[in-house]
Amino acid sequence: MATMKLGWREWVFQIANLIVFTLLLLICLYPFYFILIQSFSDPIESSRNIVALYPLGFTLQNYVEVFALPGLALAFIISVLRTVLGTVISLFFSSIFAYTLMKKELPGRKILYRISILSMYLNAGLIPWYIVMRNYHLNDTFLLYVLPGAVSVFNVILIKTFMENVPSALEESARMDGAGYWTIYSRIMMPLSIPVLAAVAVFTAVGQWNTWMDNLLLINNNKLNTLQYILLQYLNQAEMIAAQVKEGGNAAGYQISPFSLRMTVTMVVTIPVLLVYPIIQRYFVSGIMLGAVKG
Amino acid sequence: MKPQVSISESIAFNNKRRYWTVGRFTLLGMALPSFIFLLLFAYGPIFGWIYAFFDYRIGMRLSQAEFMGLHYFRIAFSDPDILRVLLNTLAISFLGLLSLPLAALFAIFLSEMKWKKYQKFVQTASTLPHFISWIIVFSLSFALFSPESGLMNRILLQIGIIDTPLNPMANNQWAWFFQAALFIWKGLGYSAIIFFAAIASIDRELHEAADVDGAGRYMKIWHITVPGMMPTFIVLLLLNIGSLLSNGFEQYYVFMNPLVQSKLEVLDYYVYKVGLALNDVPVATAFSILKTIISICLLLGANLLSRKIADRGIL
Repeated sequence: MATMKLGWREWVFQIANLIVFTLLLLICLYPFYFILIQSFSDPIESSRNIVALYPLGFTLQNYVEVFALPGLALAFIISVLRTVLGTVISLFFSSIFAYTLMKKELPGRKILYRISILSMYLNAGLIPWYIVMRNYHLNDTFLLYVLPGAVSVFNVILIKTFMENVPSALEESARMDGAGYWTIYSRIMMPLSIPVLAAVAVFTAVGQWNTWMDNLLLINNNKLNTLQYILLQYLNQAEMIAAQVKEGGNAAGYQISPFSLRMTVTMVVTIPVLLVYPIIQRYFVSGIMLGAVKG
Repeated sequence: MKPQVSISESIAFNNKRRYWTVGRFTLLGMALPSFIFLLLFAYGPIFGWIYAFFDYRIGMRLSQAEFMGLHYFRIAFSDPDILRVLLNTLAISFLGLLSLPLAALFAIFLSEMKWKKYQKFVQTASTLPHFISWIIVFSLSFALFSPESGLMNRILLQIGIIDTPLNPMANNQWAWFFQAALFIWKGLGYSAIIFFAAIASIDRELHEAADVDGAGRYMKIWHITVPGMMPTFIVLLLLNIGSLLSNGFEQYYVFMNPLVQSKLEVLDYYVYKVGLALNDVPVATAFSILKTIISICLLLGANLLSRKIADRGIL
């Protein structure tokens, strides 16, 4: 620091800049913090006093009540399953497609590539998509969550661009040793592409975790509801659910308010994203930049 | 390009045995499952466009539906609500375009920040809203702004600035601005990353030369940083023009309520309402077809413009 000689004008600028960005930071983060402290506050305390800086009457009972709500634990499992399976399936089919599209020996490569690119600009629209998914009999099946995203052309291009920069000598020497395309893909290209695959995986996983439209439109079976959708239902019906919890009369006579219920369920849905966020943020700059290069 | 393909094809035809090696079969076999998924889930729904030409209702088979030609397109064009819906769509989209200059400013001033660790932290934290669903955004908004228990109203009531709670989520007059603000809040930090990278890639020697010439901070920002990030800005702006008609469905679905409905019915929401709430599949499909065609035209137009002014296409 001593080496840096800053004039007073520079200090004024830096400190003003610091204040502005701290305010922006608060605008971004405070809403999350507010919900967090609500979920740890006693509902009676938080209805009497304004909880704005720290939890009042710290309690974990809100979470106990929320996890006892019918459907929530199952929805959590469904959301985890769709996230994990959806990501694995998408990585497999997108990366194998990227690899084959890179090979000049692939019969019809050009036309396959063009058809893939064109699909990025064609958006069928909600209703045609809805009817066609029903025609495929994907409504009320778990497959609806994981199959439609199996091949993301955008990710295919990201992976393909990355694979094209893997030195071809590696592949050629494997060919010399008699390795076929499948072996080269699975033993050489996949391990070497881990940086791009990791970036694609975290983006796909967050996308899967956050998707709920398919659930809203095409799933009537309550057992297949995702956490996001359950949250939406709870947000819309919190008064009713809070009343039910009250009537159910638990041992301690605990009363969860509709507001505390909403806040706690929101935290349950948000916490997984917050937990993986430090891992994601290592990749998102590279992910966005890969996308920007393509754009 | 063309002759090359036909030559290789004719070689393939003449030496069929040589062309169809085991390797080529393997590659094709590896590519096909993915390609079939692409056809099923990217092009399958496009074939669903056929429902715009038939008197079709959900649950029917297409063979039971009567062919109506362009009838439903005429209905779509004469829909009394469509002008209002388009106005909402474009108004919110144009307000949302503000996020680009804001993100550029954000990146410029953040890159001037002296404390690098704090800079990194701001960058990370401001991106978080991008990674949560609109349902969570709705819940956050409810927590802060709801009239009964929202933080804003409780504080304002307590200190006596207002006597009746405000309800920005149900304010018709401010509905466009409120939704655009949420949209900007969610995406600002994420958009800034691209600008931030564009600034980082500006040649440092330019700054050093400017220092030698005695240029101040704002001179350098105006004459070095801004021109340096201009190409990125133009590309993003033109890409956004291609999606002017797409505000998305989820945001408007979760924030919809009767008081703001007339202002928040954007095209993506309206298509849902006509198709699924009113069960008028052909008209909703006609809207979707028109929307896709117009969007592609806008994108191609933007691409042409980009070739003219920035000398490079965006596609």
